[in-house]
Amino acid sequence: MLERLKEFASEFFVTGDPLIYGADVAIGITMITIVTVLTYFKKWGWLWRNWLTTVDHKKIGIMYIIASIIMLFRGGVDALMMRLQLAMPNMDFLHPEHYNQVFTTHGTIMILFMAMPFMFGLFNVIVPLQIGARDVAFPFLNALSFWLFFLGAMLFNLSFVIGGSPDAGWLSYPPLSELSHSPGVGQNFYIWGIQISGIGSLATGINFMVTIIKMRAPGMKWMKLPMFTWSVFSTCIIILFAFPILTVTLALLFLDRFAGAHFFTLDLGGNPMMYINLIWMWGHPEVYIVVLPAFGVFSEIVSTFSKKKLFGYKSMVFAMLIISFLSFFTWAHHFFTMGSGADVNAFFAVTTMLIAIPTGVKIFNWLFTMYKGRIRMATPMMWTLAFIPCFIVGGMTGVLLSVAPADFQFHNSYFLIAHFHQVLIGGVVFGYFAGLYYWWPKMFGFQLEEKLGKWAFWTWNIGFYVCFMPQYAVGLMGMTRRLSTYGWDTGWWELNFVSTIGAFLMGVGFLFQVAQIADGIRKYKTLKASGDPWDGRTLEWSIPSPAPEYNFAVTPRGDDVDEWWEEKERRAKGIHPPEPVYEPIHMPKNSSIPFIMSVFWFVAGFGFVFGWLWMAILGLAGVGICMIARSFSYDTDYYIPVDEIKRTEASLRGSV
Amino acid sequence: MNKKPRSLIRIIIPVVLTLVTIALIVWPMLAGGQYVVLDPKGPIGAAQKDLIIISTLLCAVVIVPVLIMSAVIVWRYRDKPENKNEYKPNWAHSTKAEVIWWTIPIVIIGLLAIVTVRYTYDLEPSKPLAHEKEPITIQVSSLDWKWLFLYPEQGIATVNTLNIPADRPVKFELTADSPMNSFWIPQLGGQIYTMSGMAMTLYLQADHEGQYWGSGANFTGEHFGEMRFDVNATSDEEFDKWVAEVKQQSQPMTQETYDTLAKPGTSNVAYYSAFPEGLFQKIVTKYVVDGKSAHSKHEGSSSNESAAGDKSLSVPKLNTSTN
Repeated sequence: MLERLKEFASEFFVTGDPLIYGADVAIGITMITIVTVLTYFKKWGWLWRNWLTTVDHKKIGIMYIIASIIMLFRGGVDALMMRLQLAMPNMDFLHPEHYNQVFTTHGTIMILFMAMPFMFGLFNVIVPLQIGARDVAFPFLNALSFWLFFLGAMLFNLSFVIGGSPDAGWLSYPPLSELSHSPGVGQNFYIWGIQISGIGSLATGINFMVTIIKMRAPGMKWMKLPMFTWSVFSTCIIILFAFPILTVTLALLFLDRFAGAHFFTLDLGGNPMMYINLIWMWGHPEVYIVVLPAFGVFSEIVSTFSKKKLFGYKSMVFAMLIISFLSFFTWAHHFFTMGSGADVNAFFAVTTMLIAIPTGVKIFNWLFTMYKGRIRMATPMMWTLAFIPCFIVGGMTGVLLSVAPADFQFHNSYFLIAHFHQVLIGGVVFGYFAGLYYWWPKMFGFQLEEKLGKWAFWTWNIGFYVCFMPQYAVGLMGMTRRLSTYGWDTGWWELNFVSTIGAFLMGVGFLFQVAQIADGIRKYKTLKASGDPWDGRTLEWSIPSPAPEYNFAVTPRGDDVDEWWEEKERRAKGIHPPEPVYEPIHMPKNSSIPFIMSVFWFVAGFGFVFGWLWMAILGLAGVGICMIARSFSYDTDYYIPVDEIKRTEASLRGSV
Repeated sequence: MNKKPRSLIRIIIPVVLTLVTIALIVWPMLAGGQYVVLDPKGPIGAAQKDLIIISTLLCAVVIVPVLIMSAVIVWRYRDKPENKNEYKPNWAHSTKAEVIWWTIPIVIIGLLAIVTVRYTYDLEPSKPLAHEKEPITIQVSSLDWKWLFLYPEQGIATVNTLNIPADRPVKFELTADSPMNSFWIPQLGGQIYTMSGMAMTLYLQADHEGQYWGSGANFTGEHFGEMRFDVNATSDEEFDKWVAEVKQQSQPMTQETYDTLAKPGTSNVAYYSAFPEGLFQKIVTKYVVDGKSAHSKHEGSSSNESAAGDKSLSVPKLNTSTN
């Protein structure tokens, strides 16, 4: 019995690597600390009532962002481990098997569990405030989306210490990811981690689409929508069409592995190439999903910090919608070398290049928003200004990669790696950082000190160029991606060594940001922010920071793109709005079902990972019961009485 | 008065930092590694290099002015009380200007698209190269984690090393008996995937004698990083001499030798004086479904079993990606 238990444990837990044991200890200590602190300060009830069961879009947004920053840390540590392994030729720091796991989890985490939730966090916090809404269209579904994402991410991360990490690359091409070549449970963790959080992503896409269509403030016609909201809308269109493809693809892969199906196997008529097509039919739109909201953030910031209206509003909207549409017609450029023939390659090369046109127009419009403006160098604007040249260069290398016959030489090389990191870091990460700094006071009610933020900004940026510019060069020297080591005779070490220095500089930049936030929390009382700390232009700046739970005491009007700016102009001229007439506000009630249901999904996912059918059925039954329970709960809303609104408004406005 | 030294430091620090950063980036680029992609030794690689240069220049025509323009705009319109440049907070639309910057990228991308499409047809990998000599055929299979090269015209085989005659087109027929890999010899030309159950065609040519290298560019699991091989391009005479040597000095490859070789693992360079008849076809058609026998070997994919089972098949599923 003991022997069997031992055998089980040695397979169940990942063993034999000091790094893993270190992580085990760190995770254990963190867990114990959290539990102790919560118990000592008697915060369990507070945590449950205010956070775990909340349906408030602002709190859900904050939880998304916290989770994504934790995931940024995990993915970042993965990146640093890879860079350390590649710093010198013939390094022995990571065994190839571990290296393969590390780059797989790095890619998956950064895209799906860092970029996506960071983006959803910004959606949640800002979109309802920008369109003058009280919450999203489906607050309960919104909470469910978050918890599905969170528990999916946790399931994926669990593979680090239990069962073993996936190691077939972030898109897990079969047959490598099939049972024949990856018999371990790592791939199952990959499938179920993404699958569970993917349901949440799809639901969020639908939720925000409906919110933007149905819940805009009176007067806010489509062409009066703030640009960030437009970007969210464009992204939701892509999510709506792309995520089902991912779900189906991974479901088929799972059937191959679990039920002996042959969709993507080599034998019995399976076709791995089908998977590669399908996964990129999601995968390519996915990169536009994450980058469009960043474009939205930049549009808001450029306009605010140049004290000028956004140039070419209609062009901007049109450009984004074109990008949404074209994003579905470029997927095969990820495998020009698959031998599909010149017709196919020519088609996908041209569709890919076409995307450069609307993107180029957007850059021109941002530049001309600044032209004849007054540019203030606060941290959100600095990240925006860093984005522009970075994205121009990254976009250019993207166009080079789209030239199909030339791609035969770039493909799978570090040139490609440098390109997509340049657009994903320079575009997406810079964009979300800019957004976080910009809306930070709105989320938390206090400002972050700029000094540490500027340190973070410069180390990040210098680190970025030091890390990735050499990678373009080493790609042209023939270094291919996912190599776990290389020899002295390759002539690659100088470039790799410098690249590693750059990666660690970015790591230092991250530490500065953590320090900046910690410093801000420590001094938050002295850093209190007004409702409108940046001299903003859109509706979210017209209410106190942080926003009260009902957002707007009185439903605002949205007659202009820069409604709040216009309002300030009117007030400067002495035209004041009429005294507000308060009415009771209809609000959704908190619910514990999203959290509980997601835990059941986690249980089911874990059961499927190990092929323990009893556990999977138990989990799915729990999910079903939660759905039924929700269907029969009628007590889902309440009204905030006028007196309470008056009290809240008086205290908030008084303190501003 | 005391403002002066501080502002001097404020200028010096960024300048020094910028210089250090640039030096840090530029130094390794010039440190002596060989830019194989930009130093082609064959017609395909040379055409791809031309294309890389053309497309870079076309892009640079737009982005260099835009980069300069961005810097100038940010500098000119910074928010300083002494800044006397025009401020027009409500200027947000100009049809003329927007038409201009919709047109610029359309023109550039249009040009690039024309160039790309032409080259795509010209450089289609399965298109034979024009040359007075007949191409030599070499069959390539990527295995878990080594390269197998079969020389059907010479009747020999090598592992992890490739010899070709210089100044003569080489017709590579490629497949895999492993997850999808990618066959890449940067100095001769671009890569192509090697995939199980189908044969791809790639024409390359080395214009000059010399030693180049190739690698497996697509991730296939644990030791894929060790799938690097030397490419020796020699004169016809030397190539023939080498073939004769291999025939004389090496053992033949039997089906058993191949089956052992195909198992996951790394391998040293190896030479074989012969290989089983139709080995490449066998690898390519390994997974062809035979309605009747398919179910009997449901779970199995041990290579010798399936290969033997498919021996009698007459219709190979070849996908040569010709147009």
